[in-house]
Amino acid sequence: MLRDITLGQYYQTDSVIHRLDPRVKLGGTLLFILSLFFFQRYPGYLAAALFLGIVIKLSHVPFRFMVRGMKAIVFLLILTVAFNLFLTPGKELVSFWKLTITWEGVKTAAAMAVRLTMLIIGSSIMTLTTTPNNLTDGMEKMMRPLRVFKVPVHEVAMMMSIALRFIPILLEETDKIMKAQIARGADFESGNLLKRAKAMVPLLVPLFVSAFRRANDLALAMEARCYRGGEGRTKMKPLVYQKRDRIAYLCILLYLAVSITVGRLVWMWI
Amino acid sequence: MSIILDHVNYTYGEGTPLETAALKDVCLQIPDGQFVGIIGHTGSGKSTLVQHLNGLLKATSGHIYFNGEDISDKEYDRKKLRSRVGLVFQYPEHQLFETDVFTDVCFGPKNLGLDRRETELRAYDALRKVGLPDSLFYQSPFDLSGGQKRRAAIAGVLAMKPEVLILDEPTAGLDPRGRDEILGQIKELQTTTGMTILLVSHSMEDVAEYVDRIIVMNQGSVMYDGVPREVFAHYRELESVGLAAPQVTYILHELRDRGLDVDAAATTIGEAADTVMRALGRSSGPGERQIRTNA
Repeated sequence: MLRDITLGQYYQTDSVIHRLDPRVKLGGTLLFILSLFFFQRYPGYLAAALFLGIVIKLSHVPFRFMVRGMKAIVFLLILTVAFNLFLTPGKELVSFWKLTITWEGVKTAAAMAVRLTMLIIGSSIMTLTTTPNNLTDGMEKMMRPLRVFKVPVHEVAMMMSIALRFIPILLEETDKIMKAQIARGADFESGNLLKRAKAMVPLLVPLFVSAFRRANDLALAMEARCYRGGEGRTKMKPLVYQKRDRIAYLCILLYLAVSITVGRLVWMWI
Repeated sequence: MSIILDHVNYTYGEGTPLETAALKDVCLQIPDGQFVGIIGHTGSGKSTLVQHLNGLLKATSGHIYFNGEDISDKEYDRKKLRSRVGLVFQYPEHQLFETDVFTDVCFGPKNLGLDRRETELRAYDALRKVGLPDSLFYQSPFDLSGGQKRRAAIAGVLAMKPEVLILDEPTAGLDPRGRDEILGQIKELQTTTGMTILLVSHSMEDVAEYVDRIIVMNQGSVMYDGVPREVFAHYRELESVGLAAPQVTYILHELRDRGLDVDAAATTIGEAADTVMRALGRSSGPGERQIRTNA
């Protein structure tokens, strides 16, 4: 039922992308997302799509596995598109009731939809090819300089890795609770919005109870192993850049240069 | 009037690399009023099997008939099926959510669209049947002990008055005494109401004493299906798939191998005691009763 959400789920296989240093993937994803908002014209998107396509191919993760994660944000996507479609001022295209669709609106809405889609797919590649542990390791190391400003980097990284780890567990739990309540005649699918919201109570109460219980158990288990924060903590597998990581950085920079030039240059011509 | 499974297959995660066949060509017939134990190791498909019986999972191929009607049929009212085939899951924490036990048990019958009076009557009746004391009716379900929570969860399903009751590992995590109490009550329920009961467990010991029939699941297929003594006769094979026959089976086989003329097919401690006494040339007397109470 709820197994379809892939956001934050690791896909186990062996590929170049899987073996990259998590810092490369984090930085790359960040730059890729930024690049999506740099350019204004379609050639830029084309470059981004091409880059994304190559990375997907290299990652050995089936494409449909990534698209499945999109289901979770369909609502957000529709909302964004709708807002842009109806609320952008400009040359009128169609008008009915109080709503008007403008030519500018269509363009922004399309651009937003493409951007969002690529953004989600881009970031799901990162989570699909990197184990949560690796990911937070990378984050922790990248944010280490922030410790100068008294930012609790290790604690934040630990919280994130725990949160990520809990996603699949809670999803599975939700699935089980749903089944248990459906077996008692609960109906999650029919009725109006209010009725459906009310139908969620038998699902949410056990879920919260279980989440708190799990959090409590985890805290106990960590304390029993003498966990006391990041002070003086060493890594079993410290992150070290390899040759392939440097090549990957180069590729990302190359993509950035190409996409921005293409995106901006063509924009200047038109 | 029965449940029939006709070549049922089920595959998890079809089309993903995690694809696994959870049920392979399962054919079964469960007549009314039978007390069936479904035994299997973790991952043997026993829980998957029972989730098919009330339509929570849909067979990848094959048919399931409840009282002669195909439940995978598009027009079949699966919501109604769920009230007739009650399924209690392993963890009571997954279903208890109300502020007090009584209201929680009312959830099932209320979902059936019954009026308040009938709902409350059924809830009261169900709570009495599982032997939960009145003093706990208005307590928070989260304050109950493990065994009490389990009773409350069973009552929550019983209140829908199902014709078939399926219990998925109802004794997991309970101490021996709590286990015997719950199983005893389930047995009583079956004898007094004539309900069909399916008990899912990984322990032969648990079910041997109570059930009429044992279905052993292994890797998604039915391995053995028969009365307890027949199934336990294969205790060596059962061991090879990570299951064990009750301890008495081992003791009796050992005794027989050493030349004592006992009936090794006895399944319960009481029967075992009888046959040992007989072999020793003593009729059932005070000694036998002594063994029984000690057990």
